Amino acid sequence: MNIFASHVLSITVLSPLVAAIIIMLIQRDRFFAIRLVSALGAVPTLFTSAYIYLNYDRTLGGMQFQENLPWLKEMGINYSLGVDGISIPMVMLTAIVIFTGVFASWTVTNRPKEFYCLLLLLVGGVFGVFVSTNLFFFFLFYELAVLPMYLLIGIWGTGPKEYSAMKLTLYLLVGSAFMLVGMLALYFQNDANTFDLAKLTAGEYSRPFAIVCFFLFYIGFGILAGIWPLHTWSPDGHASAPTAVSMLHAGVLMKLGAYGVLRVGIGILPEGLKVWAPLVAGVAVINIVYGAYVAMGQRDLKYVIAYSSVSHMGVVMLGCAAFNAISLNGAVMQMFSHGIMTALFFALVGLVYEKAHTRDILAMGGFARRMPGIAICFTIGGLASFGLPGTSGFIAELLVFLGTFQTYPVPAILAATAIVITATYVLRLLQRIFHGTLDEHHYGDLPDAHTTEWVAITINAALLIVFGVLPGLLTGLIGISVGQFIR
Amino acid sequence: MNLDFWLIAPEITLTILAFVILGLDLLFIRSAKKGLLGWLGAVGVLGVIALLVTNRVTGLEGEFSRGFVADSFAFFFKLIILIAALLSCLASVDFAGRQLRSPGEFFSLILFSALGLMLMVSATDLIMLYLGLELGTISLYALAAMQKDRPHSGEAGLKYLVMGAVSSAIFLYGASLLYGSLGTTVFADMHAPALPGPALLVGVIMVVAAFSFKITAVPFHMWAPDVYQGAPTPITGFLSVASKAAGFAALLRLFLGPALFPLMEAWLAILVVLSGLSMVAGNLLALPQSNIKRMLAYSGIASAGYVLIALVAGSEKGAASAIFFLFQYTFTNLGAFIVVTLVGSQEGNDEISSYAGLSRRNPLLAAAMLVLLLSLGGIPPLSGFWAKLFLFWAGVERGFYGLVLIAVLATVVSLYYYLMVARQMYIEEPVEKSPVHVAVPAAIALAICIIAVLALGYPTPWMHLAQAAAKVLNLPM
Repeated sequence: MNIFASHVLSITVLSPLVAAIIIMLIQRDRFFAIRLVSALGAVPTLFTSAYIYLNYDRTLGGMQFQENLPWLKEMGINYSLGVDGISIPMVMLTAIVIFTGVFASWTVTNRPKEFYCLLLLLVGGVFGVFVSTNLFFFFLFYELAVLPMYLLIGIWGTGPKEYSAMKLTLYLLVGSAFMLVGMLALYFQNDANTFDLAKLTAGEYSRPFAIVCFFLFYIGFGILAGIWPLHTWSPDGHASAPTAVSMLHAGVLMKLGAYGVLRVGIGILPEGLKVWAPLVAGVAVINIVYGAYVAMGQRDLKYVIAYSSVSHMGVVMLGCAAFNAISLNGAVMQMFSHGIMTALFFALVGLVYEKAHTRDILAMGGFARRMPGIAICFTIGGLASFGLPGTSGFIAELLVFLGTFQTYPVPAILAATAIVITATYVLRLLQRIFHGTLDEHHYGDLPDAHTTEWVAITINAALLIVFGVLPGLLTGLIGISVGQFIR
Repeated sequence: MNLDFWLIAPEITLTILAFVILGLDLLFIRSAKKGLLGWLGAVGVLGVIALLVTNRVTGLEGEFSRGFVADSFAFFFKLIILIAALLSCLASVDFAGRQLRSPGEFFSLILFSALGLMLMVSATDLIMLYLGLELGTISLYALAAMQKDRPHSGEAGLKYLVMGAVSSAIFLYGASLLYGSLGTTVFADMHAPALPGPALLVGVIMVVAAFSFKITAVPFHMWAPDVYQGAPTPITGFLSVASKAAGFAALLRLFLGPALFPLMEAWLAILVVLSGLSMVAGNLLALPQSNIKRMLAYSGIASAGYVLIALVAGSEKGAASAIFFLFQYTFTNLGAFIVVTLVGSQEGNDEISSYAGLSRRNPLLAAAMLVLLLSLGGIPPLSGFWAKLFLFWAGVERGFYGLVLIAVLATVVSLYYYLMVARQMYIEEPVEKSPVHVAVPAAIALAICIIAVLALGYPTPWMHLAQAAAKVLNLPM
């Protein structure tokens, strides 16, 4: 038990990577074995994330379950891991999304070996980013999380997949270029010459440096978080990606961006944020309102969800910009809530597309009669999307708007109006797809979800309600670390 | 005057080896077995490497006569050149047997070229430097034109000859101005005045320009794409790593050495421009290429730009990162050219589109190419990532934020064209279904490259060696 407790984070990061290696060794036509191993690669992370959630010492706070292994010592590069109240929800989110994601794409038959291998590689990278306490390893894991995306979308995607894959990869790599320069600059500006996040956070930086360097990180991570006007890779990427990849991408990967802005940009250079906060808040409001309006105008179901992600990520960034205990708590909560919600959405869209062979909203109608289970889950997701009380979306958005109102009342009010727009497009979507008259000729024999598919959608839908009814399960935990963060 | 012949034993052995191969080719070996000469060359070079390393380990170093020095700096570059020669010989065994009329000359010319480049990196005298330069380059002119049944090859040889001759002339003229201003051709005796006169400055700039040809820095890069495309592919590989490394070695030793370092400030701006232009133009011009050899030529131009950041930084750390970069580049770039050789001999052309579906036709070869391309693109944790990181690190340390930002963004551009090849290999369906044949020696060479690229993902020990090599320059920082 002791070894488990002291290496729980390494186990979390390594189990998908080990599973990926095992899959490489399996014969390529043994589909079931490949799927089984990838599901089994995801299971340990569910346990470890539950373990760290339950055993995190809330009275102590700060980074816990720390591991440290010197790697390139003289350069200050160490393999060091740790989690606090901000990263634990992210680790849980990742574990849930990958577990459900494997089930949602159970039916991939085109080169499944490579597919699951890359998927697990990506997930290992994501876990790595969330638990790294060394900026350098943070960057390494970040790259590991971004690059498999190119092949995942390029090979298994739909529509203009090659264009989308390349656009996404280049946008995200431009982001990492900014990050790399910022990282090296931090290294030399810090007296300790280190990449250790705790030491970097404790360091003193001159005001002009903080301003420039924060901007580098804001752009670098912001691209991944989908900040306007650098968000255009995201709808294309989401729409072209296969189901599990969309789920991971919108559900988890975009959170990496927001998490990076929070942990690295704001955590190390709060001085910089103070100068740029009006811009960050302004851009966030544009994200929220613009994203919602554009979502309303889409005919392709996947684009609707993709733009709603752009809109919801704006809420996270708004919470970060306001930089007070309530708004940050809301921002982290929103990351978690949106992750689950959007994973649910993409899983459902994947199911609908697989069965109806169309993503055109106008061509659908009355599906609730043929697929009631999918309709119910979709409705739950939709309600969480515009923040109905009783869903996790409500508490997250409430906290963000409440916190932001104290610092920036005008942006808070503007952003809150977007809830109405969101409600409009979500309700219209529900009405168009699931209600109205069913085209018996085309869709007479639509099946509902079956066996493995239920796993993905029911877990996510249930979690939205659980964390909506009992938000304290997370907000308490987040609150501890956010409190320490602000000081 | 020191005349310890052990100091030049590797060079002597290499010369003998080259003549032996030439002789065997003429006298004994029947044409069907010419490939054996490639094996002999590779094994011989391995022996020379062993000799070089033994000399190094036993701490044998010093000046031989005047004008030649064996030190840790020269050691590292000779290692690069010899490894490049070794890999090129291995990669050519099958290629030379099938596609060349005179494989014997081919292998001995590779060794002569390596010899010239080795003299160049050891040179501490302008005349010696010139001798090495000429021996190394003239052998390469012949090698480039070796594939006589392909008109492109002859064209490449001629273009290379003309451009090379021009750069030689520029070097000689610049060297004569240096000699006129400083009164000596020996680096150690040179003392740059506090206020350099115009003749000295012009001399310095001309010598830099001449070496810019060798390292293919923009705007002296024009010959590279044509020559790279036309030359036999293993030679392109050798040319792109060994000749470039030797050019950088000469630049580092001459201009970052104690003699001319004080002049640095006067021409730093030129260096910054060379570096920035090479990175931007190299990467942008690589984008529209449909021939993989031309694409890799432009990517090589961009790499020269990255390495120039080290010269701009002018620090010991910078020099060490340049050396490390060139070392890993040997494996990365030459490895890529080995794959190009293999696919090219099978397909009969070097179009990027002929890589379609390579992952189905030969999964291992495609995976190897993917690793090499990602390393060229600087993706962690492969060797290319660390090499670029150290270069950028050196640049940021000395405050060249702008140049480093250009470099990092240029790297992103480069990933586009590397990924286009990956796309062909993995996403496109194969046009031709037949599996791609890989000859044993080429497979060995490729395996060495891949192992090195992965192993250099843990860069510390090699970086220490590079730092020891850079110490020779005696830089103030």
